[in-house]
Amino acid sequence: MNNRLSADLLVIGAGIHGCSAALHAAKRGMSVIVIEKDTAGRHASGVNAGGVRRLGRLFPEIPISDRSMKIWNNIGDLLDDDCGFQKSPQIKVAENQAELEKHRERVRKLNEMGFHHETILSRSELQAHLPAVSDHCVGGLASLEDGFALPYQTTFAFQRKAIELGVRFYENTRAQKIRRDGTDWHVITDNGTFSGRNILNCAGAWAGEFTRQLGEPAPVEPIAPMMIVTSRMPRFCNAVVGATGRPLSFKQMQNGTVVIGGGLRGIADPATNASHMLFEKLRQTAQTAIAIFPIMQKAAIVRSWSGIEGRMPDDMPVIGPSSIHENAFHAFGFSAHGFQMGPGVGELMAELIATGKTNSPIEPFRISRFTNSC
Amino acid sequence: MKSFDVAIIGAGPAGMASAIEATRNGLSVIVLDEQPAPGGQIYRAIETVSDQRAAILGTDYLAGRDLAAAFRNCGATYVSGATVWNIDNGLKINYSRAGLGSDQISATSLVIATGAIERPTPMPGWTLPGVTTAGALQILLKAHGAVNDDVVLVGSGPLLYLVATQMLTARYAPRAIVETTPAGRLIKAARHLPRALTAFSYLRKGLAMKRKLHKSGIPFYANARAVAIEGTTTAQAVIFQSGGKSHRIETTAVALHQGVIPNQQITRLLRCEHDWNANQHCFVPRLDAFFQTTVENIYVAGDGAGIGGAVSAALRGRLVALRIAEKQGKDTIARQNDVLKKLKADQAIRPFLETLYAPSPENLLPADDVMVCRCEEITAGQIRHAVDLGAPGPNQVKSYLRCGMGPCQGRMCGPTVTQIIADHRKKEVGEIDYYRIRPPLKPLALAELAAIESEPTRHTPL
Repeated sequence: MNNRLSADLLVIGAGIHGCSAALHAAKRGMSVIVIEKDTAGRHASGVNAGGVRRLGRLFPEIPISDRSMKIWNNIGDLLDDDCGFQKSPQIKVAENQAELEKHRERVRKLNEMGFHHETILSRSELQAHLPAVSDHCVGGLASLEDGFALPYQTTFAFQRKAIELGVRFYENTRAQKIRRDGTDWHVITDNGTFSGRNILNCAGAWAGEFTRQLGEPAPVEPIAPMMIVTSRMPRFCNAVVGATGRPLSFKQMQNGTVVIGGGLRGIADPATNASHMLFEKLRQTAQTAIAIFPIMQKAAIVRSWSGIEGRMPDDMPVIGPSSIHENAFHAFGFSAHGFQMGPGVGELMAELIATGKTNSPIEPFRISRFTNSC
Repeated sequence: MKSFDVAIIGAGPAGMASAIEATRNGLSVIVLDEQPAPGGQIYRAIETVSDQRAAILGTDYLAGRDLAAAFRNCGATYVSGATVWNIDNGLKINYSRAGLGSDQISATSLVIATGAIERPTPMPGWTLPGVTTAGALQILLKAHGAVNDDVVLVGSGPLLYLVATQMLTARYAPRAIVETTPAGRLIKAARHLPRALTAFSYLRKGLAMKRKLHKSGIPFYANARAVAIEGTTTAQAVIFQSGGKSHRIETTAVALHQGVIPNQQITRLLRCEHDWNANQHCFVPRLDAFFQTTVENIYVAGDGAGIGGAVSAALRGRLVALRIAEKQGKDTIARQNDVLKKLKADQAIRPFLETLYAPSPENLLPADDVMVCRCEEITAGQIRHAVDLGAPGPNQVKSYLRCGMGPCQGRMCGPTVTQIIADHRKKEVGEIDYYRIRPPLKPLALAELAAIESEPTRHTPL
């Protein structure tokens, strides 16, 4: 299938998952077209906090997160771009003994499952990693071999490498209707109709419409997690830091600026691509940052932003084949923690589409969990 | 949270005139302004200026006195030292009061009267200490009576000559004027002369300034190009070509100017539509005949609506207030027509000036090694490289290179980045668009955010 508008695989959405799946499918020799209503990385994939984090993940996600981490560790070899990826400890600070006990319990469970990437930090170990942390913090949970990357640079690098391998991107092209004709899928857009043997829905916050058209509606909620960034500060933090009892994600970038998020939500308007900040809520983020790092009392915010992301009711993504149709697949709804999983999910989706199976345990992420009672 | 019929941001001529006219029509008005006293940049320190300094600054400047006095007496709530850092779609406005924490108000109509900023002038050496802008020199003069006695003025535009004249009057003439207006501009501009002649007083003042400068003996270099500032840790010399020769003027200070452009941070934040104005070489908010933006109840008065000068700014401010009053049921049509007529007459000079003093092409499209984003130290060459990789517009280039992500939020690089991308992609500038602007509009202390009211319902004494 080498017609201009046809390919072995049609991907809807050029976020990190769409770009990664396209790249990996091309590596397997498939012809791929990616259809994107805006430009690659315009939304959550390009503007998230950039955490490359296994720490604290939901248990079913850990095998895929682990698979992804292996790709991250050699991301430069895959993409010819370092993606700004840096290894760095990820630490969840415990502000009291009860929080620390919760972490101990989690580590015990993980060890039973055979995972050993998360460890408990005592108060003195915490302070050794985070000299600027507030005295009231009693310890923490850490994954010392995690890291962070620059989200837009990463998504853009996936796109460029995919293009190099022959993937065709149609940006500013909005998928409107999906229909099936014999063995082929057709995606009708405002810029022509595309045809392909397989279709992959990576449309993030906009994915729900396509699941509806496929007859397996999934409840994707568009959300707008809010982020703020400060002006440059003297270096005081070399880890990506979260809190346990309240929302926080915190890191100091190489240039000294501090990026603070944590999942508090603004208002998402997926129809216009707009997202609105709610500073009454961000107040809490500011308070938490100052409480955990008193040095932040002196910080100045220079910008805030948000990217529209798709969230599922159980905060778990949909990953896998359609429950109804052959050759239709989904990877969306990463619920504000999909960036780290992008490389791995793309790889396993390409595997699944090309071979019909994958070794990664994707059963917990099946789309039918929303349509069936089970 | 206190509510007003009209919130006006900025207390320059547009903001002051708008407040006067709105209160006269019975509207409740709040004016939020960053400066300690009314006047804006053009009439800065107008209430406190000494007679000696007033003589240097001239009669056009002093025209601001009556306006400021009328503004003080108009009954509007005036908050000085107020830095607006966010405005949401419901016209709730957050502002910071110089170290005293943040307050919030709401309004039915918003008048953005934040005026103009000087066009960024990227060129080799423009980030060296000792390099400033003509507007900044004038602020020092207005606010503090300070004049540097070792300055080379470089660029183009009426403000450059005004500052030179004022320095001359203060007996600290600039070392030299290096004019970057390309040859032949006067001929191009001549076709706008007939209309400009209807605004003869402006032409007469301009000619008088040029005559005075000419007679003063200040070295003047015309049609300068290949301009660069030399220096390692601070500015040491200006080098350029003029009249077929290379020149080098040693100096410790350089003031640059390439005209002014609308300050579009607030209209961008509020997602108002903008259009590229090819005559003024800048984006201008898309406005109706009454200066309303594409967002209902949001107006732009003054130079923010397109460069028009101080007299037009005040007229626009009045017109906007009359229009808002009309929408609230007052009969103001006759007065609106009167203001519209005066506005048209005052604008007659603009096409002539815009053609004559169009910005230097060297500044619009700097060479690869010139720094464009000062906050993040990104060069023109890096921007072109990002475009070559496939980044289609300013927001992708921003995400990729971080240009426009620093404390100035793109004020200093945004216009250049758009221009470079348009040129490199061979597109119209208007198609390329501009950075998305995000709150806070100005840096905000994290501790101040931590202390804002979680439910903004309290009554704040103003």
